[in-house]
Amino acid sequence: MTAGLPVPMGLLAELTHRCPLGCPYCSNPVELERKSDELDLATWSRVFREAAALGILQLHLSGGEPAARRDLTEIVAAARSANLYSNLITSGVGLPAGKLAALADAGLDHVQLSIQDAEAQSADRIAGFAGAAARKRELAREAVAIGLPLTVNAVIHRANIERIGALVELAIAWGARRVEIAHVQYHGWAERNRAQLMPTEEQVAPALQELARLRETYREEIVIDAVVPDYFARYPKPCVGGWGRRSINISPSGLALPCHAAQTIPGLEFWSVRTHALAEIWAHSPAFEAFRGTSWMEEPCVQCPRRETDFGGCRCQAFALAGRAEAADPVCHLSPLHARVAELREEQAETAYEARGHRAARSTSLARAANPLR
Amino acid sequence: MIGTPLPIRDDAKPRLANGVRLVNSPAHDGWVLLAPERVFKADTVAHEILSLCSGERTFAAIVDDLAARFSAPRDRIAADVAALLNGLLAQRLVEFSA
Repeated sequence: MTAGLPVPMGLLAELTHRCPLGCPYCSNPVELERKSDELDLATWSRVFREAAALGILQLHLSGGEPAARRDLTEIVAAARSANLYSNLITSGVGLPAGKLAALADAGLDHVQLSIQDAEAQSADRIAGFAGAAARKRELAREAVAIGLPLTVNAVIHRANIERIGALVELAIAWGARRVEIAHVQYHGWAERNRAQLMPTEEQVAPALQELARLRETYREEIVIDAVVPDYFARYPKPCVGGWGRRSINISPSGLALPCHAAQTIPGLEFWSVRTHALAEIWAHSPAFEAFRGTSWMEEPCVQCPRRETDFGGCRCQAFALAGRAEAADPVCHLSPLHARVAELREEQAETAYEARGHRAARSTSLARAANPLR
Repeated sequence: MIGTPLPIRDDAKPRLANGVRLVNSPAHDGWVLLAPERVFKADTVAHEILSLCSGERTFAAIVDDLAARFSAPRDRIAADVAALLNGLLAQRLVEFSA
């Protein structure tokens, strides 16, 4: 291994981009990869072994909806035989009864279930899938029944931010040990829907107070992890714990990305696990080297005492808002472009969400229903 | 960890919660405790303690075992074990068998 190179901790395997849901903040790229281009089981198994050898400890099996893969049980077994800690990130839709038990038998360590809202009707509208909330309830029941630890993940935005308390209480009622209250990050689909998803100033402050109250009230019941609404923050979020420092994201077709949104930055050269070993990618892929460490930084980051705390913020957001990936993330109050973030906070629209797989007619009624009286 | 650790009952039987695994990783120079979205480096002491948390041994038996093997004062060992377990309990990574 190259001297001084960080040891990665996590691998996010996007097994497929296929998904029955169409959430307006989907983390998949706007250009989805096709089923026919997906890596096969043998390739994933090799990648898992290479990942473990590189020092990766945790594997997140994600998508799309990973249940869309017919060989999911074999993929989980391959993760366990590589001695990786495996986490299934699922919408709960597409996993038939009994499947979760089979995955647990194959060595699955943990399941993370997404929920769209605390109210089933609103949740189904946001997901663009009637009956999704009820299926999620069933999956949580199944996880608890077989003793598989459960995390509930809720992405927060204007339509559900006033129900954070109800979301945490739902997670407790479902038997989750951990809940993630994750404010939308505006990349890909979420950037397209930013004006529809952006909470108002009047919503954000009470939501943060509510979170503090919930942590105190339910300290004994559940661990609450939160991703703050970063357009309202003073400092930016550390980009995936530092670009090329902690984690690797593999797309369904095998492209190794420093983060799930890295393809939104033009000019980066990504290597594929089909043609390169993971250790070689980690050490030498141009995309991983592009923003590793601090030498690429400009003012004000280069002088900043926080440069190794938040790593200049998010590279994808810097490109999206400043037009240059080397710039400070404009979310930071020290960025010369910070005023632009305040302007974007004010840009609020009540038009339809634009979501993958949605026909215009349906998404129009969806937006109206999800954002009443606005 | 905050303040004085809470006392743990002598007959309590600690064990790692479901979904929490202790794994040896040469790339990380030793033992690591793996949990949902969490990784903790387990130093030698933490590894010794957690290896005994099977859900069958009592807190008192774990402390006795460590005090004998490391010829250290029993109350100091008890405080160390309680501090580690309390930290992990707060994150729901350790639980007690009935």
